[in-house]
Amino acid sequence: MEVLSQMMQLLFSGLTLGAIYALIAVGFVVIYNVTGILNFAQGEFAMLGALTCISLVNMNVPLWLAIILSIVIVAAIGGIFERTALHTARKSSVTTLIIITIGVSIALRGLAILIWGTQVQTLPPFTDNTPISILDAVLLPQNIWAVGISVVILILMMYFFNYTFVGKSLTACVVNPFAARLMGINPEKMSLFAVIVSAGVGALAGTVIAPISGATYDMGMMLGIKAFVAAVIGGLTNAPAAIAGAFLIGILEAFTEGLWSSGLKDVVTFSFLLLILFVKPEGLFAKASGKRV
Amino acid sequence: MNSKSLKLIYNNSILGPIIFFVLLFCVPLVSSSNYLFSILTMVGFYALVCIGLTTLTGYAGQISLGHAAFYGIGAYSSAVLTGTYGLNPWVAIIIGAIISAVVALIVGIPTFKLKGYYLALATLGFGIIVYTLFKELSTITGGSNGFFGIPPISLFGFEFITDTSYFYLIWIFVFFAILFTRNIIHSRIGRGLRSIEGSEIAADAVGVNLMNYKLQIFVLSAIFASVSGSLLAHYVSFINPDLFVANTSIFFLIMVIMGGKGNIWGSIVGAAMYVLLDEILKHYVPMLLPNVGGQFEIVFFGILLVLTLIYMPDGLVPRFEKLISKFKKKTPTNGALQSTISANATGGDNK
Repeated sequence: MEVLSQMMQLLFSGLTLGAIYALIAVGFVVIYNVTGILNFAQGEFAMLGALTCISLVNMNVPLWLAIILSIVIVAAIGGIFERTALHTARKSSVTTLIIITIGVSIALRGLAILIWGTQVQTLPPFTDNTPISILDAVLLPQNIWAVGISVVILILMMYFFNYTFVGKSLTACVVNPFAARLMGINPEKMSLFAVIVSAGVGALAGTVIAPISGATYDMGMMLGIKAFVAAVIGGLTNAPAAIAGAFLIGILEAFTEGLWSSGLKDVVTFSFLLLILFVKPEGLFAKASGKRV
Repeated sequence: MNSKSLKLIYNNSILGPIIFFVLLFCVPLVSSSNYLFSILTMVGFYALVCIGLTTLTGYAGQISLGHAAFYGIGAYSSAVLTGTYGLNPWVAIIIGAIISAVVALIVGIPTFKLKGYYLALATLGFGIIVYTLFKELSTITGGSNGFFGIPPISLFGFEFITDTSYFYLIWIFVFFAILFTRNIIHSRIGRGLRSIEGSEIAADAVGVNLMNYKLQIFVLSAIFASVSGSLLAHYVSFINPDLFVANTSIFFLIMVIMGGKGNIWGSIVGAAMYVLLDEILKHYVPMLLPNVGGQFEIVFFGILLVLTLIYMPDGLVPRFEKLISKFKKKTPTNGALQSTISANATGGDNK
């Protein structure tokens, strides 16, 4: 029974982590597909979301409003980032654009040090955080919030991409940018849109994880990289696969931490990434495609 | 200088580097400030890493976010082999370089088979693995506390302890690295890599083995980083894992971009600019913002990186060259300044 409850416990924390990674990974996949850029600043959106939300709460803004406001603020920052950095340099090579996102990510991290300092900040849980006991495993309501919010958002995004006009235009840019342009879809506008959406979703991920593990200026890097790993494992171009990859990574990490060593969990995760790149670079869940030249 | 020798410089002869390094090695005749030499030595360490990285970014078109790991592998190999096992430092440097080369092969082979930017991801992940291992394998590396008591390096009984002597040592390494890399760029590998710019598919079709060339450059850059790390370990005699975090890799990339990714001299210019800016920021920003802590300077370097890429994507060195050629048009007799070396020198004068 003890083993079972420990397994349950690890599964819960794995699912929570996976839910957070999934939100960030989806944003990453959206930007990658619309613009072809690996956005290394993706994790910083989560960091900015978490820290902005904490500052708002400290100013006595109600929590729900603070969350919405921080999503809006970070989405705006995402928009500014796209217009000032990516749009200005849009004629450059993709290599250059990727390095630009690296520059933006460390600039945002430095900015966070200047504004919030290096101390860990905390956000109160969304609701009363009395642990719930299931099969002797302890489950915090915040973990349920994390998984719940992430599932709802992911379903909403699925709806958005498949059933709304803007969403379908974005999907069209992904499938065939040239044809999309012929149909009157403006890829530059779509690029702006993609960055705004993923910044907003990233900010939400940040506010969800802040009550669980706290928020610091450098939290974004690891979150971003883990989301990358999830997306690559899922196949980079496919949002549902990236989500599956995210949960896989979350659970893998939780079990490594619980059963082996917390220090070595990053080693396990990234070794897994290298292994995937070795044996199945097109991703675990990818169908064969005809794009290999 | 007569114009014939100047022509030689421009034609990528060995003369350019020799003049640059002779001038550099004369610096101790003019100044004896230890601070200056510690700064110039630091520039040397970074330049050595950046020479390889510039070639990788500029010629092979690949982004590496894990060179701090090779820098660290070199440093820790030297530290452990000389500090714990009492090996000769020179042997340790070579062993470190071999380990780095093998590791680079292991990371490189799967990633170069893929199109696109997987190297950036793979090296980023790999960098974090190596950093974590430095921290966790504390019985070998000393963990987060670091590794103390790395012996100094010596040659024929002469110990490199003073800043001035180390300045000579590191820059001799940089000199040979530059010569070696220039030869590679002008060899079959360099020509093959340049053909990618025209058309990667065409290059592939005429039998240029791009994957192999990219891999060779990647391994070479890993070896340079490793040697630089080894030399660093003997210079500072104490290392800890935080010297080799992911940020360090990003700083290397910033140096490469600032200097100019298409020119190996860019690596020296970029390294020098970085060290200079870092010193200035660390000195002046706390005066303006007294409560600031941590690595606040990354905000400036981040913005600088973005601005460089938007407004002068080829970095500083081509800028100098353009400036010089304008100057040259006005005074046509002064062809000397066309060489990149004098370009660097003039760029320095401009400030």
